[in-house]
Formats: sequence, C-alpha cells, structure tokens
Amino acid sequence: MPLLEVQDLRVYYQTIRGDVKALDGASFSLAEGEIMGLAGESGCGKSTLGRSLVLLKPPMKYVEGRVTLEDFSLPIWDREKMNAFRFSKISLIPQYAMNALNPTRKVKKIFTDILATKGIKGSQVLPELRRRLEMVELPLDVLNMYPIELSGGMKQRVVMVLSTFLNPSLLIADEITSALDVSTQRAVVKMLVDFRDRRVVRAMIVITHDISLLYQIADSILVMYAGKLVEKGTTEEILRAPKHPYTRFLIASLPDIGVRYGERKLEGVPGCPPLLLQPPRGCRFRERCPHAFEKCLEEPPFVAIGPSGRQVACWQALEEHA
Amino acid sequence: MKGEKGKKPKNEFLYFAWRNWKLRLGLAIVLFFVVLAIVGPRLTPHQPWAYVGPPARPPSKEFWFGTTMFGQDVFTQFVYGLYPVFLVGALGGGLATLIGTAIGFTAGYRGGWVDEILNTFTNVVLVIPTLALLLIIAAYLGVRSFFIQAVFIGCTAWPWTARAVRAQTLSLKAREFVDLARISAARPTKIILTEIAPNMLSYLVMVFILQFGGAILNAATLDFIGLGPTRGISLGLMMQMALLWGALPLGLWWWFVPPGLAIALLVGALYITNVGLDEIFNPKLREM
Amino acid sequence: MQRYLAQKLTIYILTFFLAVTIDWIIPRFMPGNPVQTMLSRAALRAEAVEVMRGYYLRAFGLDVPVWQQYLNFWKAVFHGDLGVSVYLFPKPVIRVIAEAIPYTLAILVPAIVLSWIAGNKFGAFAARRRWLDNTVLPLGYFLTATPYMWLGILLAWGFGVGLGWFPIAGGYSFAMTPHLSWKFVLDLLWHWFLPFVSLFLVMFGGWAIGMRNMIIYELEADYVQYLESLGAPRKLIRRYAFRNAVLPQITGLALQIGTIAAGAVVTETVFSYPGIGKLLVEAIQNQDYFLIQGCFLFIIIGVLLANLIVDIAYLIVDPRTRRGMVGEI
Ligand SMILES: Nc1ncnc2c1ncn2[C@@H]1O[C@H](COP(=O)(O)OP(=O)(O)OP(=O)(O)O)[C@@H](O)[C@H]1O
Ligand code: SF4
Ligand SMILES: [Mg+2]
Repeated sequence: MPLLEVQDLRVYYQTIRGDVKALDGASFSLAEGEIMGLAGESGCGKSTLGRSLVLLKPPMKYVEGRVTLEDFSLPIWDREKMNAFRFSKISLIPQYAMNALNPTRKVKKIFTDILATKGIKGSQVLPELRRRLEMVELPLDVLNMYPIELSGGMKQRVVMVLSTFLNPSLLIADEITSALDVSTQRAVVKMLVDFRDRRVVRAMIVITHDISLLYQIADSILVMYAGKLVEKGTTEEILRAPKHPYTRFLIASLPDIGVRYGERKLEGVPGCPPLLLQPPRGCRFRERCPHAFEKCLEEPPFVAIGPSGRQVACWQALEEHA
Repeated sequence: MKGEKGKKPKNEFLYFAWRNWKLRLGLAIVLFFVVLAIVGPRLTPHQPWAYVGPPARPPSKEFWFGTTMFGQDVFTQFVYGLYPVFLVGALGGGLATLIGTAIGFTAGYRGGWVDEILNTFTNVVLVIPTLALLLIIAAYLGVRSFFIQAVFIGCTAWPWTARAVRAQTLSLKAREFVDLARISAARPTKIILTEIAPNMLSYLVMVFILQFGGAILNAATLDFIGLGPTRGISLGLMMQMALLWGALPLGLWWWFVPPGLAIALLVGALYITNVGLDEIFNPKLREM
Repeated sequence: MQRYLAQKLTIYILTFFLAVTIDWIIPRFMPGNPVQTMLSRAALRAEAVEVMRGYYLRAFGLDVPVWQQYLNFWKAVFHGDLGVSVYLFPKPVIRVIAEAIPYTLAILVPAIVLSWIAGNKFGAFAARRRWLDNTVLPLGYFLTATPYMWLGILLAWGFGVGLGWFPIAGGYSFAMTPHLSWKFVLDLLWHWFLPFVSLFLVMFGGWAIGMRNMIIYELEADYVQYLESLGAPRKLIRRYAFRNAVLPQITGLALQIGTIAAGAVVTETVFSYPGIGKLLVEAIQNQDYFLIQGCFLFIIIGVLLANLIVDIAYLIVDPRTRRGMVGEI
C-alpha cells in the first residue's frame, strides 16, 4: 500500500476567460521513503500540483480527484478541514520561501506562535529546535533575528526547518535550490536526504528545474507537460532511457549535468507548450512531437508499462512496448 | 498567468471596470454632480446673491432648497457653487499631481545628491501644516480668486505624491525591462516614455483622483474660514454664511445641509472610485 | 536607529527654520507700507492707534538692515516675545496663546489617539468580511470625505439645537468663571464633547478605511500564504497581518497631522471653542498680524512635536527601524 495515492486529480484556475487547466487529471503514487522528483518546463503545473495537495484556494478550483495519505482521505477541497493535516501530516516548502516569513517577527516568535496553534509549547521543543538548526547548519542566533536580517539561503533553511518540524509524512519542496549558490545548494540537498534517512519525513516530492539535483537525490522522477503527467519511472530509467518523446527532449537538451533546462529553450523542439485555457484535444505534445501519428488525436492514457511500475502517456511508447 | 500572456484581450479592463460596483457607484455620483454643475444654473432664474424671496423659508415648490436669512435662493447658490468645486479640484489637484510627480520622479530616477536634496525638501514641506500656511498666505494677500486659490492648494499639497511616486519609480527602476533598455543604451527620455510611464500611468490616475478630492476639501476649509475667493459663491462660503447668520439656532438646516452633503458625497465618491480602480489594476485585491 | 532619529530631527529643524522664515517674510511682502496697512486694516480705538504705530515701527525694526531685522525676529521668537495682540489689546500674544492651548490639546489629543485606535481595530475587523466590508466601506469613505466643519455643524444642529443635549458654543458656560470644582469640570466636559466627537468621527472613518485596505494587502502577502499552508488558524494570520498593517498606519498618522490640525481649526470655529484654531481665525478676521504670526508659530511647533512623538512610537513598534535596517519610512 503506497504512502500517498493521487487519483485523477483535476485543479483549474478560474479566470475571466475561463478555466486554466493547469492540472488536468493526475494519478500517481508514492511509496514509503520515496523521494520523487517532479520536472517539466516552466508553467506546466508543477507548483499547482504541489499547492493543491496542501492549500487549495481561489483562484484554484477543485474539479475532481482523490488524495489518500497513509489511510486518510485528504479533504483538499475543504480549506478548513485540511488544517488538521497541514504541517503535521503534509507540509510544503514554497517556491517563494524567501518571502515566506513575516518580516516583523523574530524567527523564534514565528516558531512558537505556529507551534502554539498545534498545542505545542515553544519551551518544550527548544532542544529539538536546536538539533534541527544544527542539522541545516544554521547558527542558533537566527532564532533571535528578524527574517530581514537573514540571507536568502538562511531564510530558506529556516523555512525548511519550520515546515518539517512536526515530522510530516509528506514533504513537498518547491524549487528550493533555485536561488542558492552552489555550496548552499549542496547543503540543502544533503539535508533533504538526511530528512528522509532520519525518518523526519516519510516521503518527499521535490519540484525542480535542476535535473542534476534529481540525479543526486531522487528515487523516481515524474515528468509533466502542459498540465498532464507524461512519464514516471525510477531516476535511472528516466535519465538513461526516457520513453516519452518529451522526456527525451528534456534530457537531451541538458548539455551537461548542472545546467537547468528551464534556463534554455528546449533545443530542437520547435514551438512552445499549448495554452492551458483551451488545450488541444488528444496528446498535448502533438504539435511538437516528431513521432506524432493519427492515433495521437486521441488522448493517450497514463499507464504502466512493464513490471517496474513505470508509467508513460504516449501512444508510440505504448506500441513500442507492446 | 504566464501561459496566456499573448492573448490578453483589450477589453479586460472595461470588463472588470463594469463589474466593479465601487467604480460604478463612484463614477455615477461624480457624474451626477458634474451634470448638475453644468445644467443647474440653467434651471434657476435667479442669481446666487440676489434677494429673491422671503427670508428663511424651508424648501418649497418655488425655492427647492429654501431661502437664506436674507431671502436668497439656496438652490441657486448651491448649483453655482458646484462649478468652483470642480475648477479648484481639477486645477489644484492636477497641479499637485504634476509637481509631486515631477519631483518624486526626478528624485527616484536620478538618485544620488539630486534625490537627497529633493527628498529632504519634500519631507520638509510635508511636515508643514498646509492649511495653516495657506491661512496666513491668504490672510496677508488681499486679492483672491478661484484660480489663485487652486494654485496655492496645488503648490502645497504635492509632497505625499512626490514621496509615493519616488517609491514607485525606485521599484520600477529595479525591474528587468528598464535594465534591458538601459543596457541597450536607450536614451533616458525614451526609457521614461516607453518603459516607465506606461507602467506608472494607472498609479498616477489614482493619485490625481486623491489629490482632486483633497483639493476640494482644502478649498472648502479656506472658504469656510472666510479666506476663499473674494468674489463668487462656493459651497464652503455657503456654510460660513449659514453659521455666521444664525442658521444653527434658527434651525435653517436647508441652508447648511446641501453644501456639506454635496462635498462629502463628491469626495467620498472620488475615493470609492479610487478603490474600484485599485481593484481593477491589482488583480489580487479583487473579490473572488 | 540614531541615523533614523538624526535624519528626522534634521528635517524638523529645517522645517522650523523655514516656517519661522515664512512667518517673518510674509507681512513684509504685503503691498505698500506694512505698518500703515496694518493700522488701517485693524479696527483700532483711537488711543490705541498711536501706541500701535510706535509699537509696530519698533517691532518691525524697519530702520535696521534686513538681515538685522531677520536676526532680531529670531531673537524675539526664542524669548517668547511674539508682540502684543491688537484685537485683545494689550495682552501679549504669548499669553493669549497660552490660554488657548489647553483647549486645543483637550479635543485634539483624545480625538487623534482614540480615533486611531478605534479606527484601526474596526477596519481590521471589517476587512475581508464581505457583508461588513461592503456596508462599512462606503460609510467610511463618506466620513473621511466629510468636511470637518460640516460634520461639526450637523452635530451642533442635531444634538445641540435639536435635542438640546449639548451646548453649541464656548469652552464653558458664560455664567461661570474658571475655577476648580466638579461643577466647572463637568461644564467643561459638557462643552468639550461635541467638538471632540466631531473630530473623532471624521478621523475614525479615515483610519478604518486605511486599515481595511492595508490588511487586504497584507492578507495577500507570501508569508500569509505560508502560514495558511502550515494550517495556521485565521486568528493568528489576522494578528500578524494587523501588526504589519499598523506600521504604515503610524506613518499615515504622521502624514495626517497637518490635515488634522486644519480640522481642529474649523471645528473650533464651528463650536466657538476657545482653542488656537478659533484664535487664529479671529486673528485673521480682525487683521491681528502679531497674533496670526504667533498662532502659526505654535501650530508649527505642535505639529513638529507630534511628528516627533509618532516617530518615536514607530521606532518602538517596528523592530526594523530600531535595528537600523530601514533608513526611511
Ligand atoms: N493565479 C493564477 N491564475 C491563473 N492561472 C494561473 C495562476 N497561477 C498559475 N496559473 C497557470 O497555471 C499554469 C501552471 O502554473 P504553475 O505555477 O503550476 O507552473 P510551474 O510548473 O510551477 O512553473 P514554474 O516552473 O515556473 O514554477 C501556468 O500555465 C499558469 O499560467
Ligand atoms: S502520444 Fe503521439 S504525439 Fe503524444 S508524445 Fe506520444 S507520439 Fe508524440
Ligand atoms: Mg512553480
């Protein structure tokens, strides 16, 4: 039984011009201890997926889908009821972690205020807090500082400590390394793995543009394209033998490890992703896909191929497999 | 909104503008008074200062807003008094916006010692209580007209605008597109006109509306104290007259209610229009 | 922190300098011979004219070079020698003003402080509560848009003339002479009430709206999103947002002090309340130039002091300025 199971999740953004179908039917699962990387071009819906598991609020609109975390069915459509799960069971390190701390409160105060809402006294957990700060190589002094006195990387790590403090079962880390220098990045990455190894968190979704990061830490990779899941497999499988044409482009466009695909246009892929307001029918990659054929006018299902649990949504890949 | 950038329909602004009740309400009230200021004087056969009826009469068919202690027609005074409200508001508010924008923009854009000096100057003028200053200026300089009043108001009301515009300029300057333009060695005037001004326009519109309302209130205060224009009628002057000639103890409410109500409604409507605009320009503030 | 205070003090000193200079220049800019003009404009009793002429000539010191005149003016200011009131001849201006100050402070200080606190609380409460928001908002805007004198007149008319609950003029009853007794204090309060409420209401609307708008901005901030994603209850979020929104409201208070002073001037006029504002207006109406100069000077001093107090309050509330991280507010 997987730790997290997402079934057919659909979340749209409501705008005056209609619904932006940023997450259009996602089904996947996460095993105990799994670190899953979530990759895809900018705007493909990665953050939307992460956010909808934690804080689904307007203009986001829940359309359908079920999310099960450890036997609990998460009421993600209910902002109030979800409070029982947030922070303690499922937690997010947001993409905007740099601005995530109230600038006029000391870090310590932020911690104690939040913990108090979960009925935990700040003084009780001070030793643990120290331990965690050490783990991310932050000096204890940060507790007595205001967020604006901290550097970007320090703020990011403070947010990491806070988000994981209650040992959530699932941690979603959204672009946590993108604004950091290389050495801080390394520390942060090590920390994520540490968190898993020490059982602070039971599973993790790491959203990133940096494939090399995933290479270092991810057990599996899930690739998205234009609001759809296109491929999931182990890190080895995805990087060595991508099956979906889009994944292949994604991997091939990485000249060297360490360069982020978001920073350069996908080489050799003409065109750009479709607008999510009125996505084309059938496979959404069709316009850019060199292998597109008649069948691609129908939507390819996201199905398992082979026993390893590898999934892909592409007619051509399916036929190859068959 | 990344994906949909290219497809932004032109009428999105109008769409939200029409859906926003604050904007509709505000504009409707302002428009009502504009029309009244234009049409009003044609609806009445009287002149504002002429003694045309029995004194201290409540509103009636003949004198819609009643008459003053001296038998002047309050409605006539009222509609004639609306015109200077708009005149001083537009002129004074416009001038204040202009000066404030020029100073704030220069300070923010040039930076360095220019900024230092302009900013200090702004802060100094900001602290001086404008009305007290206007009072003594008006008290010493005998001849006064609506035009001079508007100029005085404009020359003293600009500091907060300068500060706000300076802050805006600084934040715009820090954005990428301005950097890009600068790297490509575009001329400063070109950068200002093509990159900065369009981004600031909506903001300046809102500043002007606030200054418009502020100028109206300032003018009313000056008029009320008896330092308004020496000729002509204004709403502030009506209130002064009413208070001075015992409208209160005599209970001639029709004399002092309309002018104050008109100012409050008009300025309030301007402010509400502003909130509406703010919500349209800032999608985040919209009610879902 | 020192930098911040030093910066502010520089500005206040500059302002004071400028204001005194304006105070000195303006009568000298009057067309014609200022002394003659003043004497002819002021409605003086015959025996006063000669005294005043001699006095004005000496006071203006027109026989010495201009820079000397200017220096003399500064000296006089620092000695509290602001001349003699024509309209209340022969009372020295400084004494006339000293008698008026308590009244002005009595209505202004409570009105400012209470309206600020109540307005902020109320605005924060109304923000993002649809029903309240949509009714309170127009009402609040209407209140801030109300000319101070009009609200004063309305209150005087309704509660003074109509209901007869409160007097509509004066600082205390005509029949009384100021002395210390419960009866007199009650009488003072009774006269104080309407001018106070009138100032309070107009300001209240402004603060409520300012706070409501600030809170709405704050609730969109990233840190609020993060708090929500950590499952923080509304109460905590609102508390944080309120604290942050209060800061610009304090700055707003500093920006508003001039306008508020103007409001006090007309409110005192409406209620014939014997404060500085009414004094100033009477001085203007009676062409009492020394009194005008004196009132202006004291209004400036009051405004500067008020600004200073607000600055210090800001220092106490905003940790960032205290730590010298933000140079300017
Ligand atoms: N508030 C919003 N209103 C309307 N559409 C939105 C909103 N936020 C995001 N979108 C749309 O949803 C799509 C997915 O956005 P999302 O933020 O999930 O992308 P992402 O994959 O995280 O991109 P990035 O890598 O740049 O963070 C985008 O096409 C975007 O246009
Ligand atoms: S389904 Fe067809 S169009 Fe889509 S990726 Fe596969 S081959 Fe290309
Ligand atoms: Mg994202």
